[in-house]
Amino acid sequence: MSLHSRLLGTGSYLPERILDNQELSRMVDTSDEWIVARTGIHRRHLAAAGQGSVDMAYRAAREALAMAAVPASALDLIVVATTTPDQIFPSTACLVQARLGNRGAAAFDVQAVCTGFIYALATADHFIRSRAARTALVIGVETMSRIIDWTDRSTCILFGDGAGAVVLRADQEAGILSTHLHADGSFADLLQVPVGQGHLQMQGNPVFRMAVRTLGEIVQETLAANHMTARDLDWLVPHQANIRIIQATAEKLGMPMERVVTTVADHGNVSAASVPLALDHAARLGSFQRGQTLLLEAFGGGFTWGSALLRWTEE
Amino acid sequence: MDDIAARVKKVVVEQLGVNEDEVTNEASFADDLGADSLDQVELVMALEEEFDCEIPDEEAEKISTVQQAIDYVSAHLPKQDA
Repeated sequence: MSLHSRLLGTGSYLPERILDNQELSRMVDTSDEWIVARTGIHRRHLAAAGQGSVDMAYRAAREALAMAAVPASALDLIVVATTTPDQIFPSTACLVQARLGNRGAAAFDVQAVCTGFIYALATADHFIRSRAARTALVIGVETMSRIIDWTDRSTCILFGDGAGAVVLRADQEAGILSTHLHADGSFADLLQVPVGQGHLQMQGNPVFRMAVRTLGEIVQETLAANHMTARDLDWLVPHQANIRIIQATAEKLGMPMERVVTTVADHGNVSAASVPLALDHAARLGSFQRGQTLLLEAFGGGFTWGSALLRWTEE
Repeated sequence: MDDIAARVKKVVVEQLGVNEDEVTNEASFADDLGADSLDQVELVMALEEEFDCEIPDEEAEKISTVQQAIDYVSAHLPKQDA
C-alpha cells in the first residue's frame, strides 16, 4: 500500500499592527498609487516589539492543529520554513515544539527564503511517503520587518510579517500529488542580505523577470508530471510577492483571476509564510471543495523555486 | 523588415494596452506610452517570446523606444529559412 500526505488542517497568524501605504508614504518618498500600480500591495502586518517568529509560528500552528483535530503530542515531525529565525539556534522548529508541548518529534528549519514553505512541505511529504513520519506540522513564518531597510523605498514597501501552517498525516488518499524543487545559486546577488549587513537588498527588475519566466516553467513541469493540463486545475495558490507576477503566471496558464488566491493586497510579501497564509485564508473562506486540484508555487532568493500539486480532501 | 516592425508594434499594443496609432517608431515606452519599469520588463519578455530570442538584461535596459526594439530584434533575429 502506498502512502500519501493528506492535508488535515491549515492555520495562520497575522500580527495586529497594520502599516498601510499612506503611513509608509510619510516614512519614505513614495505614494499609495505608485505602490499599488507596481505591486498590488495596500497594507502589510508588522510584528510588535518583542514579538518574534516563534510567537507567530506557534499561533498559526495552534490553529492548524485545531482544524485538523490533532493533538500536538501526536506530531512526529515539525518542519519550519523561515529566513528570519529569532535565534541562530535552537531552530525555530525546536522552539515552537517546546511551546506546543510536543516532545520527541523530529524538528528542524528549512531555509529557502520565499520558496521555504514549498521546500518544507516537500520535505515533510517525502518523510511521510517513505514512512519516516506519520503526522507532520509544516510552518512558514517570517519577521521580515527585522531585515528590512526602512529607508530603502524600493524594498520596504514590499514585505510584511506573519505565519501560516498545515498539518499532514499519512493516508491512502492524497493529499499532496507531487512536489517540485529547484535552485540556482548563481543568481545569489540579485536578492540577498549581504554578509556583514543586516538588510535585504534586491535588484527588482531582473528578479521580476526571472520570477515570471521560472514560475511559468515550473507550473508546466508540475502539470506534465501529473499528466494534466491547466484545465485540470481548480485553483492557483501562488507566492504573494507582487500581483503582477501572479497575473503573469495566471495568464500563461490561461487561468482567470477568480481561480487565483490573492492575499498580496493585505499581507504584502511574507516570504515563506505567504503561501500557507494564502492557503489558510482561502480554506477558511470555504473556497476549496473536496476533490479540487490546487497548484501551489513560489520563487525566491537563491534563486529557489518550487511547486506542489494538492488535491483538497476535506469537506 | 516591415514585417518585424509590424510584429514589434503588435506586441507593444497588446502588452501596454495602447492604441495602434500611438505606437510610432519614435514613441518612448515610458514617456509616450505610459509604461512603468515592470511594463518594460514584461514587454521585453513578450518580444523574446514573439521572436524566439534572448534579450540580456543589460541590452533590455537600453531598449526604451519602439525603434530601438525594432533595431534590436532586426539585428538579433535567428536566421530563418526562406
